[in-house]
Amino acid sequence: MLPATEEEVAAALRAAAAAREPLAVEGHGTKRAMLRPVQAARTLSTRALTGITLYRPTELVISARAGTPIPEIEAALAAHNQQLIAEPPDPRPLFGGDLPATLGGVVGANLSGPRRIAWGATRDHVLGIRAVTGEGEVFRSGGRVLKNVTGLDLCKLLTGAHGTLGVLTEITLKVLPRAETSGSLALRVPDIAAGVRALSAALGSPFGVSGAALLPAGFGALTGCLALVRVEDLAPSVRYRLDRLSETLGGFGEVARLDEAASVALWRAVRDAEPLAAAPEEAVWRLSLAPSAAPAACAALGAAFGAKLLLDWGGGLVWVAGPATEAAHAAVTRAAAGGAFALFRAPEALRAALPVLPEEAPALAAIGARVKAVLDPAGILNPGRMRA
Amino acid sequence: MIRLPEPKAEILARRPAILADLARLLPGDAVIGEPIRLKPYETDGLSAYRQMPLAVVLPRSTEEVAAVLRYCHANGIRVVPRGAGTSLSGGALPLADAVVIGLMRMNRILEVNLPDRYAVVEAGVTNIGITRAVEAEGFFYAPDPSSQLACMIGGNVMMNSGGAHCLKYGVTANNLLGLTFVTIEGEVLRIGGAHLDAAGYDWLGLITGSEGQLGIVTEVTVRLLRSPEGARAMLAAFDSVEVAGQAVAAIIGSGIIPVALEFMDKPCIHACEAFAHAGYPLDAEAMLIIEVEGSEAEQDMQLGMIRDICARFSPSSMKLAESAEQSLAIWKGRKGAFGAVGRISPDYLCMDGTIPTGALPFVLKRIGEMSAQYGLGVANVFHAGDGNLHPLIMFDANDPESFRKAEAFGADILKLCVEVGGCLTGEHGVGVEKRDLMGVQFTAAELDLQRAIKSAFDPGWLLNTAKVFPLTDGERRAA
Ligand SMILES: Cc1cc2nc3c(=O)[nH]c(=O)nc-3n(C[C@H](O)[C@H](O)[C@H](O)COP(=O)(O)OP(=O)(O)OC[C@H]3O[C@@H](n4cnc5c(N)ncnc54)[C@H](O)[C@@H]3O)c2cc1C
Repeated sequence: MLPATEEEVAAALRAAAAAREPLAVEGHGTKRAMLRPVQAARTLSTRALTGITLYRPTELVISARAGTPIPEIEAALAAHNQQLIAEPPDPRPLFGGDLPATLGGVVGANLSGPRRIAWGATRDHVLGIRAVTGEGEVFRSGGRVLKNVTGLDLCKLLTGAHGTLGVLTEITLKVLPRAETSGSLALRVPDIAAGVRALSAALGSPFGVSGAALLPAGFGALTGCLALVRVEDLAPSVRYRLDRLSETLGGFGEVARLDEAASVALWRAVRDAEPLAAAPEEAVWRLSLAPSAAPAACAALGAAFGAKLLLDWGGGLVWVAGPATEAAHAAVTRAAAGGAFALFRAPEALRAALPVLPEEAPALAAIGARVKAVLDPAGILNPGRMRA
Repeated sequence: MIRLPEPKAEILARRPAILADLARLLPGDAVIGEPIRLKPYETDGLSAYRQMPLAVVLPRSTEEVAAVLRYCHANGIRVVPRGAGTSLSGGALPLADAVVIGLMRMNRILEVNLPDRYAVVEAGVTNIGITRAVEAEGFFYAPDPSSQLACMIGGNVMMNSGGAHCLKYGVTANNLLGLTFVTIEGEVLRIGGAHLDAAGYDWLGLITGSEGQLGIVTEVTVRLLRSPEGARAMLAAFDSVEVAGQAVAAIIGSGIIPVALEFMDKPCIHACEAFAHAGYPLDAEAMLIIEVEGSEAEQDMQLGMIRDICARFSPSSMKLAESAEQSLAIWKGRKGAFGAVGRISPDYLCMDGTIPTGALPFVLKRIGEMSAQYGLGVANVFHAGDGNLHPLIMFDANDPESFRKAEAFGADILKLCVEVGGCLTGEHGVGVEKRDLMGVQFTAAELDLQRAIKSAFDPGWLLNTAKVFPLTDGERRAA
């Protein structure tokens, strides 16, 4: 199904609900290999639901229909020297395929890139939504203004719900000016633990770090680990702040400075987890941890299956690649204790067999089931996507 | 006046037994029943509304909160959670048949972790208390409501409070990592943790700003940020509201995002100047306070750029702070704005709508017209960067007619905010105050959907009943 209007989405959902016919809900379907396979014979795609519906650069807001490709939004913003704040990853390097993500897909999965550590996640910038429930009822939450606490925040509930609580039809985001320039420091550190300490020092400095990642040994021709720290601002500020950060971080290892071009390329690779993309048969996980818990988790995963690693968000986000096996998944689950994990990409058999997200406490799961029953009583929206 | 629901007669009749039961569940000093000790809890920051509660309990731990909720749930007793009681929308207003659960004794800072940049605090820790605990190390908790000396983090979470610096740092929702949350059944849930973006549905996001409708927060994990090297403010005054609005748009459009961008209209400038003697330009129609952060040189550079932008709009005066002290002087009037208006009018209502910033001149013109029509003065302060407007409507609480008019005036302003594409409340919450206006912003179906989500947490509608959702329907569902 390719509805081209919100009314068509609603009609399709009403019919599907009446027939109790489950639907796979997607935009361009770039992330079909994420989380669990959906048990549905038919697909409802929002990809015909496109177009920017409102853009007010001086008010820092943009609205677009859910199927609008991200590059189209980025281009419109770039024309006014603005950008998406959370720097969402491009799914193509990791998932293959030719199509870019849609706005609905990025919001539905709450995907954020390196800038998340400083400026918030995609969920922090969703100001308003229009959506359709699993019964085909259109509703709005939030609005088009930057501050709004009117009523329950259903924007946050649907963001990151992977299409299981409603079909997003239009989304309003807060946007920000693009910094005049950016630059980075690359720091050779002996190991992950030292790298995370260096990143913590950078993020704990007053110098406005907007990216803090760690490339463990093995990528490119490197030995040891490479800690990366980014600053985005007015040119004199970037210069000054990188100088000061070089002093702050000098004690952790040898510091090199990357110019804007090198910095932009490197951070795009980090954003898209490119270093982990090479082996499509492997599974990829994302772990969210308190940064100081990351080194032990990485060590455990290295010992369990020689995990390939990439750390972002100052060590708080650990990308892991390894064999698509239950044993590897069990090791990830253990390593993520105290934090969270998601089986981000894997062959279908593995994704179908395992909990791809941490289990919820029974009382919370019960609330979740009741909320699901409110928004999708027939259970037709992406059944099985998040949990069995 | 806003109506409160009929108390449940059968609960009122059981009051002595309920007090005795509560006294068995909690240490003796944690249960309050005597009228004279209940009095301080009868109202909150919206002091035009008063109601004595059935009882007040002051638990010291999550377990005690859970025990009280389990008991109230089992006995069909309503509960009203309360932090410091500074809500300006009557969010913490008691009900005659409700037990107020006050969190102020849960005021411990449980953990500070600077390498991972978070703190775990109990719900009754004040907003400023978090920053105080970490400022010696150069860190702070970003959201800074003007009530920060008194208001508590649990109340901030439930109101999703903002502050003067949220243009850069975001509101409460953007600065949280986790919660300990007790359901009406008394189940203790851990939401999120010390990590970013917990897996599964965004319960943290849904609970934040839910005004005590979904459960009680007992512990909060907040993000800590490193303080900037320094900050400095400037002031720019203009001959017309329109032109000041254009200057705001030009600053944002230029790509500079100041940490704060505040707007005051003429009545507000006058009130603040009389109060604070901050040296504000009394001839101006509108004034901006703009603050930037960074090293001295960075502050100079940004202030210079902003000064050049403002200069294009023929400001009647500009003043760039040259020191932290001069900055404080510029802020002094603004920070005291509510108190200042309190001095020139016996009472005032503080409204809190948000509008698209481009609509400011039109909205201020309409507010001026309404002010003449209602015969009540109004002063406007505005978080200009994010569109959050605070009209302060002056009235005389001793005159019921004046109060009635002030409420009607306020409602008209909020309807106007929605009309121009904004919303009823930017940071103070719906509470009882704006409850009956919810239908202006939402359709009946949308409100029912929100009610159904509340029911998923609180099927018996015992939590903070009569707030947020228009009453008649709420009662119907509760019955
Ligand atoms: C002078 C003044 C200035 C203000 N300035 C600002 C400002 O700049 N920005 C801003 O956003 N607000 C401002 N406010 C409003 C108010 O301070 C905020 O809404 C604040 O967050 C309320 O905190 P509190 O602890 O007083 O909560 P309360 O008023 O006690 O309660 C607020 C709401 O939360 C519920 N609640 C409280 N604690 C809990 C809990 N632990 N669990 C569940 N529910 C709970 C209550 O039932 C109520 O609905 C101002 C108020 C005043 C009086």
